[in-house]
Amino acid sequence: MSTVKTRRDVLGTNALRPDGAAKVKGEFSFSSDMWSDGMLWGATLRSPHPYARIVRIDTSPALAIDGVRAVLTAEDVPGVLTYGLIDQDQPVFAVDYVRYMGEPVAAVAADHPETCRRALAAIIVEYEVLTPLTDPELSLDTSTPAIHPNGNVFRHQRIVHGDTSVVGDVVVEGEYEIGMQDQAFLGLEAAMAIPDADGAGIELHIATQWLHEDQKQIAACLGLPIERVRLVLGGVGGAFGAREDISLQVHSCLLALTTKRPIKMQYSREESFFGHVHRHPARVHIRHHAKADGTIVKIEARMLFDGGAYASTSSAVLINGITHIQGPYRCPSAVVDGFAVRTNNPPCGAMRGFGVVQACYAHESQMDRLAEACGLSHVEIRLRNAMRTGDTLITGQPVESVAPVERCIRETDALPLPPPLIDSPDVLELPGGTGLTSRSENIRRGIGWGVSIKNIMYSEGFDDYSTARCTLQDGVVALKFATSEVGQGFVTLAPQIARSVLGVTDVVVEPMDTTIGSAGSTSASRQTWMSGGAVDGACRLVRERLFEHVGLANGIDALRLVIEDDEIVDTMGTLRIKVTDAAPGVRFEETFEHHHRPTEDLDENGQGNCHVAFAFVAHRAVVDVDVELGLVKVVQVATAQDIGRALNPLSVQGQLEGGIAQGLGLAVMEEVIVQDGRVRNPSFTDYLLPTALDAPEVVYSLIEEPDPQAPLGAKGVGEPPCISVTPAIASAIRQATGRDIRRVPVRPQDICL
Amino acid sequence: MTVHSPRTIDQAVTLLEKYPSAMILSGGTDFMVEVNFNHRKPSQVVSTRAIEELRQWNIDHDTNSIFIGAGVTYSTIESSDIAQAAPALAEASRTVGSPQIRAAGTMGGNLGTCSPAGDTLPVFAALDAKILLASNAGRREVSFADFMVGPKKNSLLAGEMVLGVSLPIIEGWQGYAKVGVRNAMVISIASACLVRNASDDSVRVALGSVGPTIIRARAAESWWLDQGAPRSSSEMHTEFGARCAAEASPITDHRSTAEYRRHAIKVLCTRLAARSTSR
Repeated sequence: MSTVKTRRDVLGTNALRPDGAAKVKGEFSFSSDMWSDGMLWGATLRSPHPYARIVRIDTSPALAIDGVRAVLTAEDVPGVLTYGLIDQDQPVFAVDYVRYMGEPVAAVAADHPETCRRALAAIIVEYEVLTPLTDPELSLDTSTPAIHPNGNVFRHQRIVHGDTSVVGDVVVEGEYEIGMQDQAFLGLEAAMAIPDADGAGIELHIATQWLHEDQKQIAACLGLPIERVRLVLGGVGGAFGAREDISLQVHSCLLALTTKRPIKMQYSREESFFGHVHRHPARVHIRHHAKADGTIVKIEARMLFDGGAYASTSSAVLINGITHIQGPYRCPSAVVDGFAVRTNNPPCGAMRGFGVVQACYAHESQMDRLAEACGLSHVEIRLRNAMRTGDTLITGQPVESVAPVERCIRETDALPLPPPLIDSPDVLELPGGTGLTSRSENIRRGIGWGVSIKNIMYSEGFDDYSTARCTLQDGVVALKFATSEVGQGFVTLAPQIARSVLGVTDVVVEPMDTTIGSAGSTSASRQTWMSGGAVDGACRLVRERLFEHVGLANGIDALRLVIEDDEIVDTMGTLRIKVTDAAPGVRFEETFEHHHRPTEDLDENGQGNCHVAFAFVAHRAVVDVDVELGLVKVVQVATAQDIGRALNPLSVQGQLEGGIAQGLGLAVMEEVIVQDGRVRNPSFTDYLLPTALDAPEVVYSLIEEPDPQAPLGAKGVGEPPCISVTPAIASAIRQATGRDIRRVPVRPQDICL
Repeated sequence: MTVHSPRTIDQAVTLLEKYPSAMILSGGTDFMVEVNFNHRKPSQVVSTRAIEELRQWNIDHDTNSIFIGAGVTYSTIESSDIAQAAPALAEASRTVGSPQIRAAGTMGGNLGTCSPAGDTLPVFAALDAKILLASNAGRREVSFADFMVGPKKNSLLAGEMVLGVSLPIIEGWQGYAKVGVRNAMVISIASACLVRNASDDSVRVALGSVGPTIIRARAAESWWLDQGAPRSSSEMHTEFGARCAAEASPITDHRSTAEYRRHAIKVLCTRLAARSTSR
């Protein structure tokens, strides 16, 4: 009999999601499925105008409706009137002015959603409509009147690095534009707020990315001590950055405290488009100086991010944008000016890629131009400039992370291409799909490249630590953390860690809530590193205690003990005991906080070690284009990603494929269309997401060079897949059509007219 | 909101006479979206789902015609013998929404909603379909051209409902093509149906999403006939496409521009003409 056992669901295996089957079968409880005895429904009245002065609000007609229990406006906010992740400038309810279409003005609680609708319609709001500021260039103009007391510029930051007088043998220049993308998570915003019996506290069940940050902002607006605001994670159906900011949290809590009844709030898809921030639209002007052989010597860039009406994370998105504008390439000198500005457009904030998506579209479009100017292939120009560990960024920060950029490019290049376009493939697979617009003779195929660098974790001096607790008793582990599971798979990874460290099989993940310390945000590709580090640390502490116990009981030095499979083994003796039997009835419990190394602010020249670590990826896109109609089909995307170590290869594959679909969306179809400050397509009928017929075949290679700084050797894998695929697809369209594509999403008329 | 579920056409038209402002529910793929978005608040709804007769269809080779009941779904069109007898209608049906939508949505619903972007409507227009209507006063038949009178406007009278649609079987070629900004499950921003009659080599072409109603490009059709046989040159097809585009009257909205829509019609009609002569 073999004694070799393959332990299930440890690190490095394709452990399945514990909630996977329930989600597929429709049995998973999302936050919109929550119900409470005696609950009321909450709803939000929103501004129909992008910019207006509130002359008068009369809530009495709504209050007179049978079944309406509360109507609240800014006057009813007991604590601070505004909230925000970085600058607290966003009103819970509009005060005097509304600054974007959809800004909350009032909220109602009633016994039925239909009663809520009638109550919203009955509230009288008299507006003096003002001319909205919608052009971000005008926000920079000092003669433009300020639309907010804090002014029209959220942040300006320069980067001045190296010898700025250098002039290249070859200079290429371009102006690029990125449209407004929506995170389009499938599980809409929803919350259940339950007031404490004494009326002086609240329990909020909520789909969010960061329980403790929400808790802090909510408590401030409610005017309650932080311990009287308890948050529990509701079932989250995707996030992608859209759940970083407050949406219905404060409204639902206020209504619950006012009515002394549980409040259920949930947004429709249409309301969701107005209820959360989007990806910043951006304009990037960029000039590359290179030697004749293609070696980059300097970049000059100006980036302008439209942050919309309120600050959200605009200032951090800006820094990510300008500090990544060099791409994954060596660049000794740089002059960069970045602006994030306020307009009366929808507020913009976090979305997967966080400012780097905009930078990457610009620098990768430039790399193609530079290749053509230098007579090099698109692969050669990138290899020639590929960043390596130890290189210095334009911020002066050394790249200490493993930086296998060259390997990303070479391994992507080595992945097989799809079969050639043949005479009579399935017409559904051609551009136009079910519309039967195209035959193979109408198609030209292009191949394009994109390579990117992305920071992971928070930057600029922020200590975004994570906390976890591990309890072991009789071979059963319980893990406790406040890490938001938004679909990324930490509920799969955390038990894998415990099994690997402690040799156990049974791991219970306790509910995520605020009864333990913060885990930081499920953002910035950081939870595998940060919460993974916290769980690993807590499990290792428990293992030490277990070894001490076993050592003492057996009269041996605990340092001689190791875990092998499911047993504790004495490396210098014969003791071999199952973890489940090692300490009957004894309970070990340890809590661990994982902190990453400190980072710095940027100085006035944009110099400073502001980021923690970096991950890299290359994408190659093969795209078929119906040149006459401007329709596209992304046939295949090949990618090699720097992931450190595949802790769950199946989960990594899911992130790669999902990110590629999201990047494809930005490349060819996903855009929140805003005209004069008004959103024109707040529905999935007109905000188009890729379907199965739009999704490409994905071939990939995982580059596993464990990062010594990372607790588990693994880098976060969430954001990189969606970053450089967008420019790769745009580049392939350029190759197929010869058209100069400066803007994403690429529209049919951009190709054929 | 009261939902009536008659089992016969007689019961249905009786209800419609009693409630002249009642909405007819026939699949619900547009209607329920409007209700859910609170754009409509009907007090009376007459559902056609239980009316077995509306789900009937038949192909009559003696009269060379197809009759399709108003309750026949897109998925039935795709998978039944109708797909051979009226291939353009099957192609148009395949472009509608998702499998779930196609299993629910009906011909009567597409005609009742009567959107310029209605996917099957260019096929009905190109085939000169006859729409059979019923009310408590009796039955009547109108041509598609007389049925669709504006964007989401048709000539149904109060108390009247669509019973079905009658199409000729035409020896020759027919095809449909639709442009949307993704490869499936998308609203048409321009579409076209072309029917080529083998007996006299005439063509009939209808354009969707490029005007207030479905547009028959009649000037292009007669130009086609004026050209000498074999009418198979690519120059002629390109000219034909351009002439079809000239008859479109598209608008610019958040889905596309008038300029692109007109261009797309030119390309689609050129290609459909070429396909019609390639076999």
